[in-house]
Amino acid sequence: MNNNIAIKAESLTKKFGDFTAVDGISFEVQKGEIFGFLGANGAGKTTAMRMLCGLSMPTSGKATVAGFDVYRQNEQIKRNIGYMSQKFSLYEDLTVKENIRFYAGIYGKSDAFIKEKTAWLIDQLHLGTEANKLVKSLPLGWKQKLAFSVAIFHEPQIVFLDEPTGGVDPVTRREFWSMIYDAAESGITVFVTTHYMDEAEYCNRVSIMVDGRIDALGTPAQLKQSFGAQSMDEVFLKLARKAVRSAD
Amino acid sequence: MGGAYFPPTSASSGGVRAYNLIKHYGTQKQLVQALRGVSFEVQQGELFGIIGPDGAGKTSLFRILTTLLLPDGGEATVDGYDVVKQYSEIRKRVGYMPGRFSLYQDLTVAENLEFFATIFNTSIEENYDLVKDIYAQIEPFKDRRAGKLSGGMKQKLALSCALIHRPSVLFLDEPTTGVDAVSRKEFWEMLNRLKQQGITILVSTPYMDEASLCDRVALMQNGEVLTVDSPEGVINSFQQPLLAVKANRMLPLLNDLKAFEGSDNAYPFGEYHHVVLKEGTEPAVLENYLRQRGHGPVTITTIRPDIEDCFMALMRN
Repeated sequence: MNNNIAIKAESLTKKFGDFTAVDGISFEVQKGEIFGFLGANGAGKTTAMRMLCGLSMPTSGKATVAGFDVYRQNEQIKRNIGYMSQKFSLYEDLTVKENIRFYAGIYGKSDAFIKEKTAWLIDQLHLGTEANKLVKSLPLGWKQKLAFSVAIFHEPQIVFLDEPTGGVDPVTRREFWSMIYDAAESGITVFVTTHYMDEAEYCNRVSIMVDGRIDALGTPAQLKQSFGAQSMDEVFLKLARKAVRSAD
Repeated sequence: MGGAYFPPTSASSGGVRAYNLIKHYGTQKQLVQALRGVSFEVQQGELFGIIGPDGAGKTSLFRILTTLLLPDGGEATVDGYDVVKQYSEIRKRVGYMPGRFSLYQDLTVAENLEFFATIFNTSIEENYDLVKDIYAQIEPFKDRRAGKLSGGMKQKLALSCALIHRPSVLFLDEPTTGVDAVSRKEFWEMLNRLKQQGITILVSTPYMDEASLCDRVALMQNGEVLTVDSPEGVINSFQQPLLAVKANRMLPLLNDLKAFEGSDNAYPFGEYHHVVLKEGTEPAVLENYLRQRGHGPVTITTIRPDIEDCFMALMRN
């Protein structure tokens, strides 16, 4: 198999009873790529992402993530990915340091590694005076940045980001994306969902799901050209309006 | 700065007035200042947006105006009534849709609507014309329990319940958060139709692009109002020249734009980077600079700012 491929899905399908949530999607994500995974509410993004994270068994089709098979090697997948969502990411009643220690421990990192990298990270995020404070006392923007750093602390091959910037102010949102760029630069593959269409522009390639299928896939420039659209917002609206399925 | 200050009045004018509202939570040791003196005025029949990120104070503000929370300072009136002294009058007159779904999950769609109509001493029939447009879309599922509805349908039911007593002021707290672009568009079309019925609407949102859909907006950050104006007014108050720049290698371009002497600020913006130029800097100077820095073909366009540009500029002040 090609060593430059981080994620490969072939006719990946998930049915719940007679409802087909994900309908035979096929795509590849290159190593170090920032891949935007877009779709309206209810299009099947979350179900697809759960399969790729090894949390949900596909009904049919094939997929490998970080070289591991989603059917047989889902435990190895979990060890080799990072995950962050807007809704839940850190323990509010643990301190900054405790959260880092907790997640790094779960991923089986050594004490020496954790100690050294924690010091580096806290310095990096300018959290020196906050290191021993409870996470709930941090402003939202800082929490989001810390959550992302924790998600890639164990140096995973791929990080899955589920609407990481929801509700964040425009300046912090951009700082967050600059962290994503740094992660991709260091070789981590980034798989990200978002409702902000300007953020779709920051991705190397973007896929758009409609009714369980991937109806468009390409660089933002390619998609705008093939849909005769001025912006990704317009591309998205053109595609999502075709949806038959209702939201959620 | 925007946000005109005015003395509070007790006249029975409609709409909403907030004057120097203050709210804090927690103990002295760990004090959270949710509102640091918020003032604005909403005219009767206006569609007014409160725009700001999480933690700006939007929900605290709405809870004070809907009389669910007492302010620590300042005054406010809703539909001419004082939010502290005349709270019971206000409760009869406002509709409130909280950010989190707050209907009865175990009651059906029809039962929820019936319940809210009854506690406000009215009936679905009496005000059906007001909710018809929205409720008709979920009426086919009227016997389904509210907890079993999809997100979009829950939202329509919540809006119907908030409207069924024909409120004069409607408060919608982040109705479009986490909602995709298509559903967001539909929701705003719905709000515009409600506006035609003469209802004053206050809607909060973290999405800057929704500002243009309001008559006027208050931009909020960290418990303060940055400005109050029409979307046009906000944009026109952005004084510095603004450029959209694009080149083959966007990351090095951003670093060079930030380092450029004549740039006041530079940040990514969709497929372009935006550069705020210092007064008196000509775009041609930037073009020369970028050529010297080894960027091949570069596109530089002078553009009108959008609300997000303005918000970032106001945050810097």
